[in-house]
Formats: sequence, structure tokens, C-alpha cells
Amino acid sequence: MTRQPGPTRFETILIRGGTVIDPGHFNGPADVLVQEGKIIEVGRPLQTVLTESQDVRTIDATGWVIAPGFVDLHCHLREPGFEYKETIQTGSASAVAGGFTAICCMPNTQPVNDNESVTEFILNKAREADTARVFPIGAITKKSMGEELAEIGELVGAGCVAISDDGRPVMNSLVMRRAMEYAKAFGVPVVDHCEDLHLSCGGSMNEGIVSTELGIPGIPHASEEVMVARNLSLAHLTGVHVHLAHLSTARSVELVRQAKKQGLPVSGEVCPHHFSVTEEAVRGYNSNAKMNPPLRTDLDVQALKDGLKDGTIDVIATDHAPHAAQEKQLEFDSAPFGIVGFETALPLTLRLVEEGVLSLEQAIDKLATSPAKLFQLPVGSLRIGQEADVVIFDPKEEWVIDPVQFRSKSRNTPFGGWKVKGRVKHTLVGGRLVYEDR
Amino acid sequence: MGLNRKDLLTIASLSADEIHLILTTAESLKEVGGRDIKKVPALRGKTVVNLFFEPSTRTRTSFELAAKRLSADVINFSPSTSSVVKGETLIDTARNIESMQADIIVLRHSSPGAAENLAGAVRSSVINAGDGWHEHPTQALLDLFTLKEKKGQIEGLTVVIVGDIAHSRVARSNMLALTKLGAHVRVVAPPTMLPLCIEQFGVSVYYQFEEALVGADAIIMLRLQRERLGQALLPSIREYAKLYCLTPDRLKLAKPEAIVMHPGPLNRGVEISPSVADSDAAVILNQVSNGVSVRMALMYLLSGSVRSDGVNE
Repeated sequence: MTRQPGPTRFETILIRGGTVIDPGHFNGPADVLVQEGKIIEVGRPLQTVLTESQDVRTIDATGWVIAPGFVDLHCHLREPGFEYKETIQTGSASAVAGGFTAICCMPNTQPVNDNESVTEFILNKAREADTARVFPIGAITKKSMGEELAEIGELVGAGCVAISDDGRPVMNSLVMRRAMEYAKAFGVPVVDHCEDLHLSCGGSMNEGIVSTELGIPGIPHASEEVMVARNLSLAHLTGVHVHLAHLSTARSVELVRQAKKQGLPVSGEVCPHHFSVTEEAVRGYNSNAKMNPPLRTDLDVQALKDGLKDGTIDVIATDHAPHAAQEKQLEFDSAPFGIVGFETALPLTLRLVEEGVLSLEQAIDKLATSPAKLFQLPVGSLRIGQEADVVIFDPKEEWVIDPVQFRSKSRNTPFGGWKVKGRVKHTLVGGRLVYEDR
Repeated sequence: MGLNRKDLLTIASLSADEIHLILTTAESLKEVGGRDIKKVPALRGKTVVNLFFEPSTRTRTSFELAAKRLSADVINFSPSTSSVVKGETLIDTARNIESMQADIIVLRHSSPGAAENLAGAVRSSVINAGDGWHEHPTQALLDLFTLKEKKGQIEGLTVVIVGDIAHSRVARSNMLALTKLGAHVRVVAPPTMLPLCIEQFGVSVYYQFEEALVGADAIIMLRLQRERLGQALLPSIREYAKLYCLTPDRLKLAKPEAIVMHPGPLNRGVEISPSVADSDAAVILNQVSNGVSVRMALMYLLSGSVRSDGVNE
């Protein structure tokens, strides 16, 4: 299968003066040479001799970090169906502006990505956009209704890298079991948005003192945890890799920690917003602080950080969920869940580095190396011969998040006005410069 | 002094001093309702819009009467939410109303925070007449007024609130208001009807009605919403009434001079027995008439007729 972006004219790119961090492989000052879309050499001085006549674009990366392009296992590109929120083109542009070179898009489009024609449509749009690599995630059940299995074999054949009914989680545990068993034949992970919809009961923020004060129907911690526990039991039963999306509670982290100790085939992801802000952000009925799972408490934030630190949590994913301004302007309980995430993920993650939760190499591992491995994507490394998907960022540059500047079509973020550190300077996909900070 | 604020959105945002000011002003305005000509010119030329997205007769009527007694022009606007996406019309509707130079908008809406959203979008004063499960500040103020009228003061009183605390804006506003003024608040309900972290409101939690009643000065009965039955909060109305109906026998457990309050409308025989509702202990109709005085006071204080130095313009 051919992966977009398609081959175009390649230029030779020399990235000089920076520090290369390719987790588990290389960490130190080095230059990177990219030719014919691939990584040719990483080192200093470079052994490759470049002739005078060669047309070489040189990027001065002095003081900057050169890393494998980030890989997002969880985003919503909204196309087909909700092009007013985001398109594959604007979503990809937003992704590379945030340093993401490969993005896995959830199937909750209209129509749902539950068959190969939708998958092909998405891949075609991605090819046209020719920006980030787009890896679709197929639905678990037809129309994500939680009843009949989608044609998972066909979805995987068409290019889906995982299956999920994200946002409309499979409530019926037998259906989930069958989906996991069936997926085994195709070697793809099953991704679950862990939420017992009965327990959530129409809630729109974390259930606790803040929801009680604000009179907003709450979503209890247990609504996530009972489904985490279910999925772990099913992973035990079926032996199939289950990837738990956007974990948000301390007990979820602890459940995964125990499961990993027992050797269950489980992985976990967290989103930057869940380790950066708490339910307090909802005060004032700020619909940009409304997401699912909801923002939780200080205790949970600490547990997510501990989980990242000790490896219980494998990846940081954005859950990039664009919504139009008129939707987020609705009353809090009517506004849709979700925030955009591509363009704020790096600086929010670097706050963990600043706090000493993660080393810079670990942070890059959670953003690039580890997600690529988990979904067996052919990206996430700067080894020789690899497709040159590279992010170059200044870890020290301070800037103020201004949603108006986002490449995404949507602006729904609670982080507007935040003063942050760490900025993407250049992004390469397949050896082509697809983003440059100006 | 006046109320140095544009809006009245929550009890949570009011200081004890502000609450006292509202109650004192309401006392002086109560006399208007006893006159032959029940009108003062305080809000003459001002426009009050009752914007009710949820059906309500008594609260809307109370606001309407209050505004009319102050000589304001009143418009009642009850957009139907059935045909439109909930909330979509709020900001648009509000802008329309603002363009008609409304001085005060009284809002009732099913979404918590709707009044706060509206207040941020318009220059008019906004009075929250109930937003979802969040707050119903004027109900709490009229309850305080009634308590003060009957008991002389609020501080030190033991007040029992009974019923579906979790889904009640009346309960939230009353817990906040009563504790701010130094009352001891007890809440009684089946645990399914108590929200998480309720104790952080500074109230004592009871499950047994009888225990909570001992030594009570006042009992606020909440209306049981019958639609809660489908949400596994209760086994039946029958069992609820058995456990939580205020009967003459239960009322005897409270102090002899205890008063019984209810925001209405009553479910006779469910949360309150008819003989209690019709007894001398019940001050439910006083609450209704006090509601007009309290709402007059609020509109008067918010309307800008009172300058910060207390001199009428």
C-alpha cells in the first residue's frame, strides 16, 4: 500500500547545529542529512561529502532539538461530514504546525469510517492535502452503534491501523470481546474510549465539588474506571492488545499499572489537557474546558504524571477535537465535548520536562517513538534509511498561545493566553519541509 | 448604600452585607403591597423583560408583579425551546432584547450558567430566576426574608432542607444563603439525591428524616420531581412519601414553634401532608407574598435608582 504524501521533487536538506534526540537510539549534538526523502546520516561531522554543485537547503538548528516527527494516536479530522469544524487538509496543517507528522484519525465522521470506501476517501483527501501522514482508525461496529461488527478485515486491508468506536464506546461487553477476538486475525490494536455511558448519565464535567457548586451534571471517575477494568479483563481473556484512550483518573492509572505487572497486552495514553488543568478550569462555565473524559482533580493530574514517569502510560495523544465557535458558544451543558490539541501539545508536554516529571528524551518518546511502535507504524525514528519525518523545535522559546494563529479551522482551546515554552520551528514529512515557523 | 453590581446571578457571589441590604430594602418595600394603590414610581420609564425558557407561572408572575409595583414596563417573553437547538437562541434572543433597551432581564433557563453567560453578553442587568440545577437566588432571598420575618433573625437558627438536594437549585441557593448568614443547615434525603461533596457546603447530612427534625426551627420541603423515578433514584413515590413526607407526627419532633416552608408547587401527600400544608406552622403563602417584596427590592437596587451614596436620583 502506498502511503501519502506522494513522491514529489526532493531536495537535499542539511539540519546543522542542533541536538538530535531519537529516543533509545541517539541523544547528542549532531547534524542530520536528508536526501531523496530519507534520513541519510546523523552525526557530527557528517561523513557524506556534499558537492558544491548540489542544491542543498541548510537549516540552522543551533540551540534547537531535532527529533522524529510526533505521532498522534488520537485525533478527529472531521472529514467527511463535519468540514465546517475541520478538514483533512486543515487538520494536517495544524498537525505539522504542532510537530506531528503522523496522525491517526478516529472514525466518528459522517458517515462513520466503518467501511473501506470511507477509509479510501480519507486516504485520498490526505494524499491531496500532502502534508501529514494520515493513518485512519476504523470503527469497531457498524455506524459505531455498538451492535454488529464492522468489516474489520476490509478496513485493515484499506489502510486502517487500529479499530475504535471512540466517543460512542461499545457498551455491550460481549460485542467488545468478539471485536477483540476478531481483530486478532488482523493484528491491529483495539482502542477504547473507556466510559460507562449509563454512569455518565448525560453529565458534562467531572463529578465532584465543582460540579456540585456549579449545578452541572457530573461524570464520575467510576464511569471511566469500570470500563478500564472491563477492558483489562477482556485483554486477559482474549490476549489482544487493547489501547486505552485518554485516561484521566488516578484509579485508571493504577489499574493499568497492575495489569502491566501481570503482563497483560495493554497500553495507555493521556492527553496534555488532562495533566495540565483540572476541573477548576470549568468555573465560569467555560465550554472550552468541556471535554470527555472531563478535566479531573489535582490528585488525578498527579497520578497521570506518575504514570507517565514510571511508564504505565505509554503515550501522549492530543484527542484533537475541533468544534466551531457557534457550537462552543452554546450553554455549557449543550456545547460539544472536546478541544483542539495539535498546536499546544508540545509546549504543554515540555512543562512536564520543566517540572522534572519526564526527561526531554522521555517526552519525545511519549510523543513519537512509543506511539509509532504501539500501532506498528513505519515512522517515529531517525535511523538511517527511514522516511525523513522530522520535527525541529526550540525548547526554550517563550510564546503566548493565541488561538487566532492556529492552522486548525477551529479555535476551541482553554489554553489561549497561556505563556508557554517550546516552539516548533520546522517540520519535515518524507523529507519535505511542510512547516516553517515565521 | 446600593448594590454595587450589574447583575444578580448567584447567592454564591453575594456577601452577607449585600444579602442584609436586600432584605432590609425588601422590608421597606413590603408596605407597598398593603396600600390601596400598590405602586411606587421607582422604576418608571424602565423596561423589565421576563425571559423564561422554562415554563413557570409563579416565579414569572412574581417578577411581573414586582416590576409593575415599581412602575416599570414589563414584557414577558417565553421562547419555545422545543423547535430549536437548546441554548442556540439565548445569545441571539438576548441581543434582540438588548436592542429594545431593556434595563433588566429576568432569565430562567434549563442550563446551569445560562444567566452568567447572558450577563457577560449584554449591558442590561440580569437577574437569575433559576438556571438548571445551579441556583435560584431570589427564591433563597425570599426564604431568608420569610425566616427573618417569622424568627427575628437568621443567625443561629437550625434549618432543615428535605428532598432532592442534588437536582435542586433552590437547595443550592438556600444552603449558600443560610450558611452565609450563620444558620445551621441540615439536609435530609435518600443518598441518591445528595450530590458529591455536599458536606463542603458546611451543612450536616442526614438520611433519616426524624433525626434531622429534632430541634429544628424551620423546615424547607422540596418538591419531588416525578420524572426522577425513571432514573433509579427512588423505588417509588409511595416509599418516598413513607420516609420523607412531612406529617403532623414528624413535625412534632421539631421545635414547637417551628415553621414549614415550600417553594411550591406542592405535591400534597408526597413531600408534605395536607394537614401540615394547611397548618399554622406553614408559611408557604407568606413566602409567595414576600417573593414580590424581595424581587421589588432587587430590581430597585439593581436599577441604578439608588446611587452609591444612598441618595435617590
